[in-house]
Amino acid sequence: MIAHYGYKDAQGEFYITIDTGKCVDCEGKPCIKACPGSVFIEEEDPYGDEVVAVDDLKRKKIMYECAPCKPTRDRPPLPCVVACPHGALSHSW
Amino acid sequence: MVEEKLEYWRWTESSHVDSDRDWRDARVITLGIDVGSVSTEAVVCLDGELYAYNTIRTGANSPDSANLAMEGVFAKTGLTLEDIHYTVGTGYGRVNIPFADKAITEIACHGRGAHYMGGPTIRTILDMGGQDCKVIHINELGKVTNFLMNDKCAAGTGRGMEVIADLLEVPVTEIGERSFDIDEEPPAVSDICVVFAKSEAMARLKEGWSKNKVIAAYCRAMSERVCSLINRIGVEEDFIITGGIAKNIGVARRIESILGVKARETTFDSQIAGALGAALFAYTLVTKKNKG
Repeated sequence: MIAHYGYKDAQGEFYITIDTGKCVDCEGKPCIKACPGSVFIEEEDPYGDEVVAVDDLKRKKIMYECAPCKPTRDRPPLPCVVACPHGALSHSW
Repeated sequence: MVEEKLEYWRWTESSHVDSDRDWRDARVITLGIDVGSVSTEAVVCLDGELYAYNTIRTGANSPDSANLAMEGVFAKTGLTLEDIHYTVGTGYGRVNIPFADKAITEIACHGRGAHYMGGPTIRTILDMGGQDCKVIHINELGKVTNFLMNDKCAAGTGRGMEVIADLLEVPVTEIGERSFDIDEEPPAVSDICVVFAKSEAMARLKEGWSKNKVIAAYCRAMSERVCSLINRIGVEEDFIITGGIAKNIGVARRIESILGVKARETTFDSQIAGALGAALFAYTLVTKKNKG
């Protein structure tokens, strides 16, 4: 399942996309620990698979929660994206 | 004398019972409860088929809303909670339904419900809820393959439409029809924010626009906003619109026009998709348990 967490508002589009099919067999789900803002959680999806999701409490604040990793001048590799061994994570910036 | 203020935003609550069936003949009776931000629905399924439903406006308290919706459907069918084999809760208030056996996300439930309502060829669902908007892709089994949800901003949601209904003093149930009673399609008002859209609508009224023209401009704005979300993950046919706004032809027809895709017509109440999906998930869980 491709899950798009986030929103579009007057300030722009702020989405984190997770290909949860790639999370199922991922050992330790390192993206969760790699995120300094604790944006990610592990949860059981409706079909019984343990996958990574964006925490309910953070979904409406992605612009702010992810801002420390996103400098305004360039786009360095994000810790969560680098930590994911399966390329399952992306950000809309 | 106090002047009575009409509630133009008030949409019609509804209920239905399939009078051709008797729940006493069913082997498995399941209940789905969708406690949404604006409406709460209760759906009863008999052996995995829709039997009865009830929709009410959500109150300040999720457990009370869930109880009221459930009692409404029980009053019409003679069922009691003891007759229900399994209950699944969904929606914003899903974790706060005291009699639910399990909570399942509204994304999965809307996918399952829309698959039942529109048939196995449905691939894209646009759910326009009270305070959020979801685009969901499902496979031939009704399983979600891709989803996007915008629940931060009220633009493109039922609540936004209610605000405009109140501003223009036009019943929300008439907005769709009236949006086509115009000479030519006006440019959209702001699609970024309901507050901006409301102030822009007031400005257009002061310029002399008719109410119908302002309604058309707002329906256009809502449609454009929703289509920008849909285009983020794409639209695959067959396509269906669910949620309260699906009943507003002013928005539904404009979305079809912008996307160039016709939405699947259904005889079901578009608001029950989530609760219906929950009741169907409950049926699957019961049958799995019985087999195990």
